[in-house]
Amino acid sequence: MTVAIDRATGKRRGDAPRPGLGQRLKHGFQKHWYAYAMIAPVVVVLGVLVIYPLVYGLYLTLTDANSLNTARTIGVNHIDATYKFIGLDNYKDILFGPTSYDRFWSHFIWTIVWTALCVALHYGIGLGLALLLNQKLRGRTFYRLVLILPWAVPTFVTVFGWRFMLADGGIINSFLHTLHLPAPDWLEDTFWQRFAAIMVNTWCGVPFMMVSLLGGLQSIDASLYEAAEMDGANAWQRFRYVTLPGLRSVSSTVVLLGVIWTFNQFAVIFLLFGSTAPDAQILVTWAYYLGFGQQPRDFAQSAAYGILLLAILIVFTSFYRRWLNRNEQQLAI
Amino acid sequence: MSTTTPEITDENPVTPEAPAAPNRGPARRRGERGLLGSLASHGILTVASLIALFPIAWLLFLSLGPDKDDYLHPGGIWSKMTFDNYSFVLQHTNFFDWLKSSLIVSLGTTVVGVLVAATTGYAVSRMRFPGYKKLMWVLLVTQMFPIAVLIVPMYQILSDLQLIDTYLGLIVVYCSTAVPYSAWLLKGYFDTIPFEIDEAGRVDGLSPFGTFTRLILPLAKPGLAVAAFYNFITAFGEVAFASTFMLDDSKYTFAVGLQSFVSEHDAQRNLMAATAVLVAIPVSAFFYLVQKNLVAGLTAGGTKG
Repeated sequence: MTVAIDRATGKRRGDAPRPGLGQRLKHGFQKHWYAYAMIAPVVVVLGVLVIYPLVYGLYLTLTDANSLNTARTIGVNHIDATYKFIGLDNYKDILFGPTSYDRFWSHFIWTIVWTALCVALHYGIGLGLALLLNQKLRGRTFYRLVLILPWAVPTFVTVFGWRFMLADGGIINSFLHTLHLPAPDWLEDTFWQRFAAIMVNTWCGVPFMMVSLLGGLQSIDASLYEAAEMDGANAWQRFRYVTLPGLRSVSSTVVLLGVIWTFNQFAVIFLLFGSTAPDAQILVTWAYYLGFGQQPRDFAQSAAYGILLLAILIVFTSFYRRWLNRNEQQLAI
Repeated sequence: MSTTTPEITDENPVTPEAPAAPNRGPARRRGERGLLGSLASHGILTVASLIALFPIAWLLFLSLGPDKDDYLHPGGIWSKMTFDNYSFVLQHTNFFDWLKSSLIVSLGTTVVGVLVAATTGYAVSRMRFPGYKKLMWVLLVTQMFPIAVLIVPMYQILSDLQLIDTYLGLIVVYCSTAVPYSAWLLKGYFDTIPFEIDEAGRVDGLSPFGTFTRLILPLAKPGLAVAAFYNFITAFGEVAFASTFMLDDSKYTFAVGLQSFVSEHDAQRNLMAATAVLVAIPVSAFFYLVQKNLVAGLTAGGTKG
């Protein structure tokens, strides 16, 4: 059986002329049935738990379902669903309908800004700290352990810690007051809400980047630095021409993960503001608010937001991969 | 962030970003740096550590204040520090119910996720079969599902099946992300196990399943552990689904229960802080125990193609 080692031997398949479809299927099944048996559990689970809900969700976006017309049981009475098919009206309404700027585009822009700023801060601070930790330094392990604390404690716990600190009259404002600086309304004013959200999310996300990049730094061959130094490269040049290229594959992966996670970040904004800050909601939390935070619950529009979000992410990921491929970088996926 | 530190000590500008300081003089060896350079490094790291530590330390400090508005005048806490909040939380709230729910849901997700994903991780690591690329693409795409995509249809489906407000329902929902992620992570780990081991097993007459169960699984224990830890931590900290699908306050997970201390009418912040500390301590202890493996596993999954 060569199935399991064809990767190791790198044997090319498909040199022979392609036989007919039926025969190919039969042959393929005989040759690969181990593989199919092994992936079967995941395929079944994904089919039932992801694909089916996704298709069902897609169908819901084409209807006007909300909590008043879906099937529900109140006490012993069962009420049948009465929502109807309305085609693409939900998407039309979200993207181009009246007040679509307030409902979609403003959140869209804020989501892009949020993702870009957070990932840039995560990466920049994470890389800086990783570089500091990658040198011979007394207490390096201690620093490392303290610095991953924001990752170790669950987000839902730390966000409440931040809420106490940011509250009116909380420690941060008292501190600013003693410095005679203006004390902003962190949890009320839109700009400061956004500022606070980015701050908290940055605090939560840096450790992961730092640790991944530290791993990447440690895997760079030290002799490269020696060679660069022999050639007279100064510190900046060594950073630019040895460190950054050496980090490329780790960086492209963690940046992609960072973008996806930040774009989908729910807990920070939801727990920091609840439903009190309509303007600071990114698309994910806004979609949640439409579907579950208001009465009546607008299931159809919420699901449509979900589909739009997924579409944005898929488009972004495809372009990102294409861009990486053009630069001949290998994404680790 | 560290580039702004002025550090021009000798003729070479030494930025803390350079992993090895330049040193023309014979007295200093590679990797050592000037006094100012290491002082600056320590300074920046200390500040960063304080920033990382402070919100959690503050939570810990506030949890010792007996009054719910103590967070507004923290200076007063020193004089009346007490563990009353903790005993109240343990005795008079649903703390242990929440603990039970959190553990059932997280452990359930962990076990199912790893069990279901293990064989697939192996298959995609070792075998090339028609549909391989599509499967990998699906595994990748499911990881970037925003919760907003699945939450509405899941809610409808679970309420049709009467699974709203049950542990099973929440485990099922969590598996939709835990399974593809575990498969992905495990593929990364299996990739690091040499192919020669498979070949040796094959030569000795094992079937592919035999190779997997007898040779690869025992070798992959650290990888399995990492996937398990990661699933556990993710399920434990999940907020959106748990807040929506769990209705009965004795079935809340911690992520939901903690929110219930602050409602529109009343904010028992002191109790909330105490609960938060009680949750955070074991979870972070667990995290620190496994973090070395977790980090190695995540980067192995992330950097090997």
